Amino acid sequence: MIKIAKYVLLDILRNRFVILYTFFLFLVTLSMFSLEGNSDKAILSLLNIILMVVPLVSIIFTTIHFFNSYEFIELLLSQPINRKAIFLSEFSAVSIALCLAYVIGVGVPVTLFSQGMDTVYLIISGMLLTLVFVALAFCASVLTRDKAKGIGVSLLFWFYFTLIYDGFVLYVIYAFNDYPLDKVTLALVSLNPVDLARIIILLKLDISALMGYTGAFYKQFFGSSMGIIYSFVFLLIWAALPLSISLRKFLKKDI
Amino acid sequence: MISVSKIEKRFGALDVLKSISANFEMGRSYALIGPNGSGKTTLIKSILGMVVPDSGRIEMDGESIKGKWSYRQKIGYMPQIGRYPDNMTIGQLFSMMKDLRSDCKAIDEELIEGFGLDKIMSKRMHTLSGGTRQKVSAALAFLFNPKVLILDEPTAGLDPLAVEVIKEKILTEMGDSKIFIITSHILSDLDELSSHALYLDNGSLIYNDSIALLKEETGEIKLGKAIATIMRRNQKNVIV
Repeated sequence: MIKIAKYVLLDILRNRFVILYTFFLFLVTLSMFSLEGNSDKAILSLLNIILMVVPLVSIIFTTIHFFNSYEFIELLLSQPINRKAIFLSEFSAVSIALCLAYVIGVGVPVTLFSQGMDTVYLIISGMLLTLVFVALAFCASVLTRDKAKGIGVSLLFWFYFTLIYDGFVLYVIYAFNDYPLDKVTLALVSLNPVDLARIIILLKLDISALMGYTGAFYKQFFGSSMGIIYSFVFLLIWAALPLSISLRKFLKKDI
Repeated sequence: MISVSKIEKRFGALDVLKSISANFEMGRSYALIGPNGSGKTTLIKSILGMVVPDSGRIEMDGESIKGKWSYRQKIGYMPQIGRYPDNMTIGQLFSMMKDLRSDCKAIDEELIEGFGLDKIMSKRMHTLSGGTRQKVSAALAFLFNPKVLILDEPTAGLDPLAVEVIKEKILTEMGDSKIFIITSHILSDLDELSSHALYLDNGSLIYNDSIALLKEETGEIKLGKAIATIMRRNQKNVIV
């Protein structure tokens, strides 16, 4: 399995997209810190960009990569190689490449400017977010047969989690604002990996006071070590669930 | 020995394989014949585990292949349309395959030289013509000295010289301990290369016996004519 992952990783590095992505993240991070004197503010602006770009690039790149390596998968399937090993090595190679790009592009420059716990959280949650969207992309690609459809489904996932879902949450809060909603919104946040990542960082930056009563409630919940563990575990579940669904589907797929 | 019993496969509303049963025995070479879309490739891919049949059982040497993968050590497969990672060179492809199959010591590179692939090792896969890709596929199928060789249209798209090279290779490899399953539309090739014929039409197995018997039964000397007779007979049955 490691051998296969090695070849997939080599293939990914051979097309220069991941290197370009790393460079882009690096440039954005550097410019954020040089524009904002305050490192908390810089991390906040950076966060807004990362929460859009990382999921988008992860999900689209993975989907395109999967369909482009269809030939490779076909070739491996005629050899005495376990289907599960092929699938997991594809997943781990793409994840390693994208996480590495994130760590080099964002992690390294941020650590140069700010060395607090918030930096650590920013790096971990960005990597988890990458894993979640890589897994979602595998789901989208295994469930569809052609590239255009696969990319379409992937884009839909991205729109849903970054835009549509927030609108839905706002609507719920607005419509039911006569009721105590903090527990409900907590549950709603857990259902969206992007929101989870955002809240981890926001609370670490100590600006939860801006979010009123709900913010205070979140602070009480997520600020505790239990809350942090809770949100990281939920992000991991968000990666594991689509991965296991797509693996199960891939094992039965006709190539 | 490979035995296929009562396998069925549907793609949506299309019945591709309708309860196919057949045995493939050691030392024999099978010609898999049938019109386009009759299910030949699906049958082959089922044996390889690339397509999972809806029902039925496929056994290799007495063991079911369902969910297994190590049995493919014994199979060499040449696909109809060989598709390979675009960014790799021919040399990288062969060394990767050898690396992935490092347990296999008996390596047969005769076809790589036979086709002259050793002289173009640094060419990238996406620059290759269809025929050269076919040569790569053929060389890969024979590379690990498999017991079972499944060749899906091995001669299609090859130049006459290469066709002779691959035919000669098939004939020298044929022996008591090997099984060949060859599909082709060029029946004169199959006449030389195979001892048994399976005729598939519309997902059903119409004929499955030795070619000698087929010729005797239809009173024809050439496989092409004998098959044409069977096809005509089959069409009549459908009309009746």
